[in-house]
Amino acid sequence: MNHIQSRTVVLPQRNIDTDQIIPARFLKVTDKVGLGKNVFCDWRYLPDGKPNPEFILNQAAAADAHILVAGDNFGCGSSREHAPWALVDFGFKAIVSTSIADIFRNNALKNGLLPIVVSPEIHAELLGAPGANLEIRLDEQVLIFPSGKRVSFEIDRFSRHCLMNGVDELGFLLGCEPHISAFEARRA
Amino acid sequence: MSETPETLFEKIWKSHLVMPESTDTPAILYVDLHLIHEVTSPQAFGVLKSRGLKVRRPNLTTATVDHSIPTTPPNVDGSRVFADEMAKAQVEKLEANCREHGIAFHGQGSPTQGIVHVIGPELGLTQPGCVVVCGDSHTATHGAFGALAFGIGTSEVGHVLATQCLLQRRPKTMRVNVDGKLSAGVGAKDIILAIIQKLGFGGGTGFVLEYTGQAIRDLSMEGRMTVCNMSIEAGARAGLISPDETTFAYLKGRPHSPSGKAWDEAIEKWKRLATEEGARFDAEVHVDVSALAPMLTFGTNPSQSIAISENIPSPEKLVGADRETLAKALDYMGLKAGKPIAGQKIDVVFIGSCTNSRISDLREAAQVFKGRKVADSVRALVVPGSEAVKKQAEAEGLDFIFKAAGAQWREPGCSMCIAMNGDQLSPGQYAVSTSNRNFEGRQGKGGRTFLASPLTAAAAAISGKLVDPRLLK
Repeated sequence: MNHIQSRTVVLPQRNIDTDQIIPARFLKVTDKVGLGKNVFCDWRYLPDGKPNPEFILNQAAAADAHILVAGDNFGCGSSREHAPWALVDFGFKAIVSTSIADIFRNNALKNGLLPIVVSPEIHAELLGAPGANLEIRLDEQVLIFPSGKRVSFEIDRFSRHCLMNGVDELGFLLGCEPHISAFEARRA
Repeated sequence: MSETPETLFEKIWKSHLVMPESTDTPAILYVDLHLIHEVTSPQAFGVLKSRGLKVRRPNLTTATVDHSIPTTPPNVDGSRVFADEMAKAQVEKLEANCREHGIAFHGQGSPTQGIVHVIGPELGLTQPGCVVVCGDSHTATHGAFGALAFGIGTSEVGHVLATQCLLQRRPKTMRVNVDGKLSAGVGAKDIILAIIQKLGFGGGTGFVLEYTGQAIRDLSMEGRMTVCNMSIEAGARAGLISPDETTFAYLKGRPHSPSGKAWDEAIEKWKRLATEEGARFDAEVHVDVSALAPMLTFGTNPSQSIAISENIPSPEKLVGADRETLAKALDYMGLKAGKPIAGQKIDVVFIGSCTNSRISDLREAAQVFKGRKVADSVRALVVPGSEAVKKQAEAEGLDFIFKAAGAQWREPGCSMCIAMNGDQLSPGQYAVSTSNRNFEGRQGKGGRTFLASPLTAAAAAISGKLVDPRLLK
């Protein structure tokens, strides 16, 4: 992953928790397939099971959008990795907010979903312009607005390296086996 | 004592570094205890299988079932009625994975089964100075023992299964100093709700909290677990408490606690773990609990709480996003701003969860239920946290008290805290729950949750409405 170009979808609510992203009743799976159909399920569907036309993800504006701009403290709550699995399965590649919960951020990074934290000013600008065509360049760590304005963002260097080069963290850890064995020997 | 005074967190962090962190790579942190359950482990075992990997340290891994299991009694033949086939399949998958990899499995029917954060301490698996992880955000519970304990995602569950290690950036530390002496009828749950209210819902993000102060020292281990359990509700992945005599007394004689000479050595080692005088934290907050009243949440996140004597806050007094957030929460909850919260009618009471399902919680609730009846309009569930808690409660006759009052006495599990197993609210119902999350739909689609202590929940069950448990007639 390096380059994402897409319209944004805006969910301005603060504190969107993982129970909203994917309710617990969908966690009985033993694989990760197809969770996208239930992402934001309780907001997305009416009691009769039909899509709620008022909800943004059911509107044409959300089709092919890969960037979700969300209110403060996105992804708070449980450790369920089903949340990023569901968002990725739906088609999202990046989440932009003023703050993103720790466990969700860790889980997102392991699934090619880029968590981007921006200042309240930039956030307000994005909330006010739903559907804006944004460009994200991970190599330069910048968001590029339609006007050409460039806003840089922070990301952990290791996570960036893994995302850009497709490095698998488990593979990296397995490569450290001699150090792990040495540590275990020291403690024994 | 080291030259520079150190925090408990720093001591644990340093002693578990397989590799220190650098600008380019996170630290590699060794894990002493990996707890697993049916919901967040199957895909991790799937990764091991597809890559031909083994579990590196099965003896440092312990499994139980809690999230999706039924809490209704077994059939005569011992079988259980699951919510659906998927829940059953998930439980069977965990058992099969444990068998294949040689992992201790505390399944339903076993005397050691229970909620993962209840059985770890009960079995003496959770010990001071350890790093404990689990694919569950309430893993911070184990921090009550002076362990660094935090929730991880399923990819990380796979990392720990395969390597016994995690890649971690060092978090910041925050001291939460809790002063004062609690008054009667106010407990650990009220303390942590007050702390979360003070820090704010995301106020602990990026921090490991250490709870200090007289009010914390005065708590039992069970109360300390209740406090640490909800650290994540302020955004903190971990919350811990320096071990002391209360900790050691709890651990003595547990099945996995050291014994004999090893016990004496362990105590010497554990005594050196406590945060030293003058150690530096990245942030510090103070909470005085001497005037604290029973707390409960009124909104849709755990920081939206008030004392039982207070009125529901008004969005009109706020501006911008704060106003919208509060208005949206009150709308979901169907509550009127400015009205007293006491007197609000309720439909369901749930006493259980990894926050409040231990024997002391059940004893507190039983005090209220004794000689009283659950209001006709209320359905009350009492769900013990483990088989051991259930057995102890039954030995003390607490089950009779609950049943005589008209409450349901269930089998151990997460039950209505997460509502995966069929125990759930109907749309629009109000529940008083001793659990940890009041998110929209958390306890069942459309259900509305007031989080409170076991005392407050029990008093609501009797009254059919929210009341101050200290004033119950």
